[in-house]
Amino acid sequence: MAALCRITEDPIHPDELARAVAGPDRGALATFAGLVRDHHGGRKVVRLEYEAYVEMAERVLLEIAEEASRRFGTPHVAIAHRVGRLAIGETSVLIAVAAPHRREALAACAFAIDRVKERAPIWKKEFYEDGAVWIEGPEIVEGRAEAP
Amino acid sequence: MIVRVLLFARYREAAGSDSIEVMVSQDATLEALWYAVREQVPALCGEGAPLMALDCAYATGDRRVGEGQEVAFFPPVSGG
Repeated sequence: MAALCRITEDPIHPDELARAVAGPDRGALATFAGLVRDHHGGRKVVRLEYEAYVEMAERVLLEIAEEASRRFGTPHVAIAHRVGRLAIGETSVLIAVAAPHRREALAACAFAIDRVKERAPIWKKEFYEDGAVWIEGPEIVEGRAEAP
Repeated sequence: MIVRVLLFARYREAAGSDSIEVMVSQDATLEALWYAVREQVPALCGEGAPLMALDCAYATGDRRVGEGQEVAFFPPVSGG
């Protein structure tokens, strides 16, 4: 199985992940990109910071890629997730799946992003104009207000 | 034994450090380690059950920790 799974401080390049999974026997390439959004719950977001338990997160990403491969018969999966400070519009996560046909590529890609959000030990801190909050699972925990 | 515990995100900020050392009995469980962490970090006393990892894999509180194993506690994840 060709799995490229990594946590990175550097910008994610979709072409690099696509190249890592593509091959002459694969007619479908499905990608999912998560981008930094400028609002959450009615508040204006000015930037994000992602933190990861890097060693464990890379293992979990690899497990997710392997699980997607087994379930959908798509052995070519790549997952990259950014950490550090990200500006609005930047790519925080990218998943690429190449497969002979579109159906399994799309299904594996959708499965993988759901699992990343559930399992990968990565945390997002949202910075607003008047403070910052750690996002924890589906809920917001009010944190100490900090200068943006 | 002394175990170094890794903390992430809000827990790390609460402790003011990305790891702390706690003294526990041999073969203590993860639950016992979490209790020891909260004794050192009052800001975490109000916390419910954290997510726990042993040697970079999710684990439950009843798992026993041996010398030299890597322990981490952290809040619900929010990657993506």
